[in-house]
Amino acid sequence: MAVATGKSFASRFGVHIAVLIFVAIWTVPTLGILVSSLRDKDQIIASGWWNSFASSSQTEAGRLPPASAQVEKDGKFVLAGNIFGDGAARNISAFGVKSAAPTQYPAGTTADLGDGVTLQLNADGTFVMQSPKAFEGDRGQRVYYASSAPPKFTTDNYKTVLFSEGIGRSFMNSLTVTIPATVIPILIAAFAAYALAWMRFPGRALLIAVIIGLLVVPLQMSLIPLLKLYNGVGTFFGVPSKTYLGIWLAHTGFGLPFAIYLLRSYIAGLPREIMESARIDGASDFEIFVKIVLPLSFPVLASFAIFQFLWVWNDLLVAMVFLGTEGDQIVLTAKLNALLGSRGGDWEILTTSAFVTIIVPLIVFFSLQRYFVRGLLAGSVKGG
Amino acid sequence: MAAQIFSAIFVIIVGVGGCVAYFWGANKLVDIIFPSRGVQGAAAIDNLRRQGMIRPWLFVGPAMIILTIYLIYPVVETLRLSFLDRGGGNFVGFANYEWAFGDREFRNSILNNIVWLAVVPAACTFLGLIIAVLTDKIWWGTIAKSLIFLPLAISFVGASVIWKFIYEYRGEGQTQIGLLNAIIQYFGGQPQVWISLPFWNNFFLMIILIWIQTGFAMVILSSALRGIPEETLEAAVIDGANPFQIFWKIMVPQIWGTIAVVWTTITILVLKVFDIVLTMTNGQWNSQVLANLMFDWMFRGGGDFGRGATIAIIIMIAVIPIMVWNIRQANKETGGH
Repeated sequence: MAVATGKSFASRFGVHIAVLIFVAIWTVPTLGILVSSLRDKDQIIASGWWNSFASSSQTEAGRLPPASAQVEKDGKFVLAGNIFGDGAARNISAFGVKSAAPTQYPAGTTADLGDGVTLQLNADGTFVMQSPKAFEGDRGQRVYYASSAPPKFTTDNYKTVLFSEGIGRSFMNSLTVTIPATVIPILIAAFAAYALAWMRFPGRALLIAVIIGLLVVPLQMSLIPLLKLYNGVGTFFGVPSKTYLGIWLAHTGFGLPFAIYLLRSYIAGLPREIMESARIDGASDFEIFVKIVLPLSFPVLASFAIFQFLWVWNDLLVAMVFLGTEGDQIVLTAKLNALLGSRGGDWEILTTSAFVTIIVPLIVFFSLQRYFVRGLLAGSVKGG
Repeated sequence: MAAQIFSAIFVIIVGVGGCVAYFWGANKLVDIIFPSRGVQGAAAIDNLRRQGMIRPWLFVGPAMIILTIYLIYPVVETLRLSFLDRGGGNFVGFANYEWAFGDREFRNSILNNIVWLAVVPAACTFLGLIIAVLTDKIWWGTIAKSLIFLPLAISFVGASVIWKFIYEYRGEGQTQIGLLNAIIQYFGGQPQVWISLPFWNNFFLMIILIWIQTGFAMVILSSALRGIPEETLEAAVIDGANPFQIFWKIMVPQIWGTIAVVWTTITILVLKVFDIVLTMTNGQWNSQVLANLMFDWMFRGGGDFGRGATIAIIIMIAVIPIMVWNIRQANKETGGH
């Protein structure tokens, strides 16, 4: 591919721009939830995440204290204090007393409200209201102001979702489901793949054809019979039907065709001479497998492990059917789905939970991308 | 938390240990029953032969048992259930199939699935091919490819949250916190509730799958492009072909096989797409697809297994041509081994 199809500066520049646009489309969505998950929850609603480094400004309304707080001073009645109460770190740019003109007066100026009443509201929220007559009524003056808050980043969202929304527990559940569901099929498939590649027995060709056929059988075909089977086994033995053992075996079953297929095509390609010389030295099939085939197959085992790990970790359907949609055992994807229902608009919860859900796959993916790509290529290009 | 970590580690050790123990133990057992070392002459040869007959089945045995329980038996059972009523007790003939084709929601799902099948594999393959060609020409192509590849590691649920945030809608005139509506409003357009626009919402759901799968198409096609012999491209350049001619007439024809593989792989995935629809709309606003409808019927009103099984069979029928083609291809390839 050394042949450049366009030599001019303009077309080379065009290629860079085009790729940049593609990269932006493919990364910005993920960046959005990462940034949002670190923002203050009030700011998430107040401004788009792409503005999160700018101060977010909004028009708000507040009320001054009631007449009972007034003091008499130099013949005038005065109300003073801070509109934010404790003096939060915010900045008022303008204020007003009518909802139609909420930013009539710049901050710091004294507004004449008629009848000799004046109101001064400063940028930091302190105000002074003066009147020649005593204030009356137990509801204070309504004040509108435009304020801006500096960008605020926090890890509070993570604390909330991990410890009070149940994401932490689901994280552990996901690990509990994923690790055995990754290791068990590797062991079972590796032995089967070796037998299918290097041992002679009747029906071998048929078995291989069946496994390739099973590669594309939709998961949906298995769900109802297995659900019935699990419920039946649960009732018969008086045990719960939704267990970790059940889901490990289910994931093992669904992952096996691809595992055997991928491992067999790799193991079949190992040099025949190594096997034969080992056999001549008196090694049994078991010894050949454990001492020669397994170590040589490390790259393909790693490829499959990554696939299966990502597939199980990211799976929602199998988890929902075999572990249920609520309760103590619920995994991350199912938890996130439940939160989408119950916390629909709470983006600080959703974005943070989503990021917790995707962080493990992203780490696995980035650190082991080489094996992942190799497996992808072996699994699809060769097999077709 | 500590108790759960402990029990998780414990079950992991038991589960994995059980597997190791089986293979090691079964193998040892064969060695003990039919000893080949320490016995002489004909007996040793006899025992070796017996070992050779038994051992393959010990190796493939667990895989065969699990495949039978988890895939082969269910396929037969699902077919049987599709002719039975909701509880699986009474034979109802083709009543479930008749119901399906008369049901408005089912027909809507079929229609949507056809649109998904027409759009997603084509879009992924096309975008993947373009990105593969473009990134091959620039020095930071590998980084670009990694980043575009990245969504493949994200779960469908996670991706749905990511995109739901992009499609988020606030009333007109308010600050939009969803990127799409913010852009629309910036250019003076009217913000929309994207995922409830009938028919078009399908495309907003499809974008999520395209976003995830383009990286897959890109990686595989990129490796196929690398396999194209340099000479064919050089010859085309010398003959004065322009970049578009080189792409369409030289490169694409040489990787047809790979394009077909990518296309069929994504096609199968699209037929099974479930998570995205469940989390984004749960089939509301005419966005239902077969896999989600099937899940729905599995549990709706206590579950109607007959109808659920029928929908599964319909999905299976769509997959069968690809399955037959796969087996034929594989037989051609492994015929010699």
